[in-house]
Amino acid sequence: MPSNLAIRLRQNVGLATAIVLFCIVYLLYHLSHPKGFSSAVLVQNGDEVFTLAMVAMAQTVPVLAAGLDLSVGALMTMVGCFASYLLSGAADGTPLSIDLAGTQIPLGTLPGGALGIGLGALICIAIGTLAGLLNGLIVVYGRIQPIIATLATGAIYIGVALFLRPQPGGKIDDDLNWAMTNSLGDFASTVHIFDDGAAPWFAPFAWIPTPFVLLALIAIVVWIPFRRSVVGRTVYAIGSAEGAAYMSGLDINRAKIVAFTLAGFFAACGGLFLAIQTSSGNADLPQAGTYTLNSIAAVVIGGTSLLGGTGGAIGSIFGALILRVISFFFRVFDIAPLLQPLFEGIILLAAVSVGALRMLRVKNTLELFR
Amino acid sequence: MSQVDENFLVLAGVSKRYGGVRALENVDFGCARGKIHAVLGENGAGKSTLIKIVAGVVQPDAGSITLDGAPRHFNRPAAATAAGIVCIFQELSLMPDLSVADNISISSPPRRFGLIDSRAQRRRAEALLAEVGCEDVNPLVRVRDLPLSRRQMVEIAKAIGQKPKLLILDEATSALTSADVEKVYALLARLKAQNLAILYISHRMHEVEALADRASVFRNGRHIETFDKGARSTAEIVQLMIGRDIATQYPPKPKRPRPKPALKIENLGWEKRLEGISLEVGAGEIVGLGGLDGQGQKTLLLALFGVLRGVAGTITVNGRQVRPSSPAAAKAPDIGIALVPEDRKTEGLMLPMSIADNLAIASLNALSNGPFVDVAKERRAVERAIARLQIKVGSESDAVSTLSGGNQQKVVIAKWLMTEPKIILLNDPTRGIDVGTKQELYRLMRELADQGAAILFYSTDYDELIGCCDRVAIMYDGRIVRELSGADLTETNIVASALNIEAAGEQTRGSEAAHA
Repeated sequence: MPSNLAIRLRQNVGLATAIVLFCIVYLLYHLSHPKGFSSAVLVQNGDEVFTLAMVAMAQTVPVLAAGLDLSVGALMTMVGCFASYLLSGAADGTPLSIDLAGTQIPLGTLPGGALGIGLGALICIAIGTLAGLLNGLIVVYGRIQPIIATLATGAIYIGVALFLRPQPGGKIDDDLNWAMTNSLGDFASTVHIFDDGAAPWFAPFAWIPTPFVLLALIAIVVWIPFRRSVVGRTVYAIGSAEGAAYMSGLDINRAKIVAFTLAGFFAACGGLFLAIQTSSGNADLPQAGTYTLNSIAAVVIGGTSLLGGTGGAIGSIFGALILRVISFFFRVFDIAPLLQPLFEGIILLAAVSVGALRMLRVKNTLELFR
Repeated sequence: MSQVDENFLVLAGVSKRYGGVRALENVDFGCARGKIHAVLGENGAGKSTLIKIVAGVVQPDAGSITLDGAPRHFNRPAAATAAGIVCIFQELSLMPDLSVADNISISSPPRRFGLIDSRAQRRRAEALLAEVGCEDVNPLVRVRDLPLSRRQMVEIAKAIGQKPKLLILDEATSALTSADVEKVYALLARLKAQNLAILYISHRMHEVEALADRASVFRNGRHIETFDKGARSTAEIVQLMIGRDIATQYPPKPKRPRPKPALKIENLGWEKRLEGISLEVGAGEIVGLGGLDGQGQKTLLLALFGVLRGVAGTITVNGRQVRPSSPAAAKAPDIGIALVPEDRKTEGLMLPMSIADNLAIASLNALSNGPFVDVAKERRAVERAIARLQIKVGSESDAVSTLSGGNQQKVVIAKWLMTEPKIILLNDPTRGIDVGTKQELYRLMRELADQGAAILFYSTDYDELIGCCDRVAIMYDGRIVRELSGADLTETNIVASALNIEAAGEQTRGSEAAHA
């Protein structure tokens, strides 16, 4: 009888494959990078990967329940546009108003300083989470298939984003931008903790990029408890066999709504970070679409089945990492931008094929269609 | 019917219709605590509808349900579970991608700080698996990776874990090995002693005889009779179930020497599921596959139809050795095998597509000119097929899902007959269809055989095997253990071989289980 460890490993072979693949490509990347294995390169990688990792986590939850969320990229973009208004950090506060056909409707004033930034960030996350909730409500009570429901809501979210930012613009507090997109040492010195980051015990950690820490924090504080909750279990059960889940007396509607809401939360975190990183809001339609499609690719590379039921958000983080490292290679090897989509496509196909290898071992071909 | 000792669960005047089909008609029914109550009836007699109503899966059109003296209305399965009614359904209700432990505690897992306590959950699963006598299953394993018989035991453990007051088993032993069946018998006896009410649905008369304290017979959606154990003989019970004489339902078998084999299987094996299978089916012969469910019969049919990879042994069709690599290769005219699959809704039909499309789908090559389907030819072929099997259709362009179960099955069979197969594999084709259509299918099978087809017919209904088949091969644990023909082809022999015991042992086994 195989040991418990062996059983666990076999059940998480998708995640394990993604981690191994990531380690290989990331090692190759650092070896071929002139400034490899330095904090600077790590920080740059962290900044570039965080948003996609969050959007991939967002995509994972509906996919586990055998649904696809085509609105994650748009939702992320919308939240970014809100952030470009709400995180300016102006000392005397930010007045908020809506301009409807020339009429100004005042909404009150966001206080200045750190309090205002904190409130602004909370509002951004809340907006994204509510948008996710809306997706869930439409899917469950509108009885519309997730793929088409989120295609529609995604267009709505992009519409809101374009309304907010017809042109790219806005402002993000400089300190916030600096603190979030650099190493932990820079974070500490900006927010004045740990003796401005000079505390001796802190030195061994100061090189770690803040985005990676945030990513780990969100995974541990939000994803892991979700996976171990009854609702989380129900999401897996729905993706595995919805009929059996219903017959077991599980609350399927609640679980679906929570899945899309959580997706909204993760995507909002991504949008917030993108705005902080770029110091602006940009209702970029092609970019939203690219993020949505890459999130699906990251989910698959990370070992989650598009049929639902198996996998998890940790795998998707590694899926996103692998996707990003592939594009890092283009920089290192200086591949012409026009050729990049071609190579990206070929490498993506190869990466996904690794996961499909197990199909060759299936002895009952009827099982391939289940 | 006395209500006095049957007052735990009481159904009064319950009716249910599906579309135009009457599933239950004004049923009064009751069962008591501390008793195992068997529900008997043919397929389509209303047993499944009855338990679905009790379990809150479907709502009755009329009538009332009373549980423990209080009137109840269950609008979803969770409501029935909360009231202490737990059901083990025929279709497994496990989630294949979740672990055994997850599945067992799916509806109310042990929690710590609001989160699922996986260690406590594992201990709970171990305890429950031990209670049903299934300690060999590791709770961490995914249900997907378990064989069917183990899954069914997990399902039983899951049900017990919900602390039921009324436990319903719907054909819950159909996939079990005989050792497991013994364990389940013992478990049910223990639960009975704990004053549970147990409803037991089974097609196996010996199980009912061994287990039940009372039995109710259903026929055509009506509750015919309820009686105590021993009040009726097996023959009387069968009579009640079918409501007519059995002798007339099957077409006569021709008397002639055994024909030359059209299909010859030698030493066929696959994984660990099929072992050393050798069998011959002659042109014009109907050969039955019998035995308990899940002994490899379906796998054998799939192997012949080219669905399985890595099949060992040889398959000879009309003197030529073949090895179909896919269903497409198996149905090609040079091999000419057709398979009427187990589940007509997923493997047999494309439900939303029209009747005509479904009929033509397997023989499109023959109905095409180059890449295009010849519409006139297709229509003629479809009309012929509908007329030949007397399929009752409004319009052939209606979705096939609008047909009744029996007519859907006719479409599946007609679809394969259109490919003009030389060898016809039937996987339990009469499951869930009405008696009238069954009789038509029996006649059709004999007709096809007389026209020279070789038919391999798997059925879970022993009676059917005896009535239709020239010979019956009984499978047990992936092997053919016995071939019965002529005067040896009796229910006693089939049952004995199915359990892989000598015929004389059957009685002992039944009484042991009753005492367990």
